[in-house]
Amino acid sequence: METTKTEVESADFENTHVEDAVEVPPSEDRVPRDHRETIGQLRVSDPRISCTDVNVYYGDKQAIYNVSLDLGKNEILAMIGPSGCGKSTFLRCLNRMNDTIDGCRVTGTINMDGLDINSKEIDVVPLRANVGMVFQKPNPFPKSIYENIAFGPRIHGLAKHKDELDEIVETSLKRAGLWNEVKDRLEQPGTGLSGGQQQRLCIARTIAVEPEVILMDEPCSALDPISTATVEDLMMELKEHYTIAIVTHSMQQAARVSQRTAYFHLGYLIEVGETGQIFRDPRHQLTEDYITGRFG
Amino acid sequence: MNTPTSTGAPRRRTIDIVNAGLKKRRRAERRFRLYGMTAISMGLLFLLTLFGSIISKGYTAFWQHYMLIDVTLTPADIAPDGSRDPQVLAKANYMGLVKASLREMFPEVTGRRDKRRLYKLVSSGAASEVRKRVLEDPALIGKTVGFWVPTDDEVDLLLKGRVNTQLPESQRRVKDNVVAWVETLKQQGRIQKRFNTIFFTHGDSRNPEQAGILGAVSGSFLTLLVTLLLAFPIGVAAAVYLEEFAPRNWFTDLIEVNINNLAAVPSIVFGLLGLAVFLNFFHLPRSAPLVGGLVLTLMTLPTIIIASRAALKSVPPSIKEAALGVGASPMQAIYYHVLPLAMPGMLTGTIIGMAQALGESAPLLMIGMVAFIVDVPHGVFDPATVLPVQIYLWADSPERAFVERTSAAIIVLLAFLVTMNLLAVILRRRFERRW
Ligand SMILES: Nc1ncnc2c1ncn2[C@@H]1O[C@H](COP(=O)(O)OP(=O)(O)OP(=O)(O)O)[C@@H](O)[C@H]1O
Ligand SMILES: [Mg+2]
Repeated sequence: METTKTEVESADFENTHVEDAVEVPPSEDRVPRDHRETIGQLRVSDPRISCTDVNVYYGDKQAIYNVSLDLGKNEILAMIGPSGCGKSTFLRCLNRMNDTIDGCRVTGTINMDGLDINSKEIDVVPLRANVGMVFQKPNPFPKSIYENIAFGPRIHGLAKHKDELDEIVETSLKRAGLWNEVKDRLEQPGTGLSGGQQQRLCIARTIAVEPEVILMDEPCSALDPISTATVEDLMMELKEHYTIAIVTHSMQQAARVSQRTAYFHLGYLIEVGETGQIFRDPRHQLTEDYITGRFG
Repeated sequence: MNTPTSTGAPRRRTIDIVNAGLKKRRRAERRFRLYGMTAISMGLLFLLTLFGSIISKGYTAFWQHYMLIDVTLTPADIAPDGSRDPQVLAKANYMGLVKASLREMFPEVTGRRDKRRLYKLVSSGAASEVRKRVLEDPALIGKTVGFWVPTDDEVDLLLKGRVNTQLPESQRRVKDNVVAWVETLKQQGRIQKRFNTIFFTHGDSRNPEQAGILGAVSGSFLTLLVTLLLAFPIGVAAAVYLEEFAPRNWFTDLIEVNINNLAAVPSIVFGLLGLAVFLNFFHLPRSAPLVGGLVLTLMTLPTIIIASRAALKSVPPSIKEAALGVGASPMQAIYYHVLPLAMPGMLTGTIIGMAQALGESAPLLMIGMVAFIVDVPHGVFDPATVLPVQIYLWADSPERAFVERTSAAIIVLLAFLVTMNLLAVILRRRFERRW
């Protein structure tokens, strides 16, 4: 595998299985539907996480095939694709959450800060503190709202005093756009919130430990437009310092927030590219089918 | 919506089909409810019968009749040399004084057999009652003092109306002259019914009116304490390890099968194991609550482990995932999030295990906890017996007064069980309210 990824083009050239990616077909005749190798700009000049040949198996069943993809610094990467195509599965590789699933196996290398975070030697505790995740299904702890947010900072020792912890809880809730709704009932159970509120609570919980990479699995699926806008503003703000990968079923959202978009199909990463280009001028027939609503 | 399709015949509307089958469904539901209610009523009926019979037999044991005797504490009989040394005082023949006072009350009684019957009006514990008072206050010597002493068990039964005086005299142990004396005493106001404190403050005794449950309660408490202190932490730790950390392979499967097997092993086998290992190999003391607790730990562990694993399994994995997702170590995720959620189930399992242990007698027989022990045990090494064994021992005794004491002991056992289960409910509520 290549080690220097300073130049997008050279990286692509050295990577045998993405050679096709260089021959960009004219926008009129797309890459045919049965073509499975990733096309597009899957490497970036300044990667935060760099995945190479990632395969995921649930028992005997393969869920992800040979995915190679970079997450750039200060970038929001959107992942789109039909339901069941493996977006969540891929996302969960990036902070080793697949470890928790019995019989799930991940191969390939996922490089972050010069380390292969997919190797057995990696300690997942600091990794997950640094690569935070908002899960697809809101999963607040059955404890108070306050405890939900405070748990992460507390176990990592991020707050010296109660005041600091209070401060973290408040700012996290504010940034997730939930503060006004819950400030008077921080002691009530987080599970008593509405679906959308729980989703924002989980976002607040994730950002409370200030991870440098944030993985968001459909964070706005249950949110109204105003809350969605708050979360999107938050992502824009976080992007200034951090890296974000977001799975979304909303094409508009992907278009609004992301710099690059990756399209998954049945476990294959079909196409990656600059978001504007993907939506304006997809190179792969499957991508076009999907974004024009012709899928299925 | 349910319009006929263009191709086929007109479709029946769903609502018609549903309505047609509705009657049958309702009937099935009613039938099921009836079955359930029958089952519950049967259960309640059995329970009521059990409680009714035990309580009606046993409630009288909570009372004991006392008799007032005037004992003349003649110095010549107690301490002829005028000494007030407690050792001398303790050795005096107080039974003789008690007998003398009885003779005084019924001077007309002559003949050895009648006198023996007369002396048996009061409990043999009467003498020790007198001795105790004299030792406490030697100034009483030389005076005539009234003592309330427990009546003999047969007299007590007579006073409780449990002796059929209509029977011919030869067929009952309480003879006619005794009945007459008791009647006289009653008229003189020398008989009193009191709460049976002896039953709750004494250990076992051969004399029913001197026998108490405290030894067995204390033995049960010490035994269960050992069991709880060992079985709960070990059981929870084993369950957490098996459920959350152990790899899934043939070896852990084997362990699982064996734990389930152990839960079904007859308890006497654990007793034999305890005999072989704890007594014969480790030479731990016989009849000790420590050994009883160890044996009962072996017996309850499978129950606790199985219940705890089920409780852990029922915690949604998303909770643990959420904790791991913010960077908690597996231990932190389990300690802060999984365990609190599983705790009510674990407690239920533990209490069920403890209740089982409380009612268990067979394995304890094997390690000698069936001995006749008068002293109330104060530590886990003291010889002791436990409530169910005490019940067994009393049920086996020939004295009729032990019948009501047996039932009373069962009532005490049931009361402990109810308390424990109530405690379980309260603890569960407590834990549940926190989330
Ligand atoms: N725990 C699991 N065990 C077995 N198979 C799984 C498991 N989780 C996911 N899969 C399979 O892996 C494939 C990808 O699932 P994944 O959840 O990644 O899809 P997704 O793209 O996130 O879909 P959605 O948009 O509906 O969330 C699916 O075919 C699914 O059936
Ligand atoms: Mg998903």
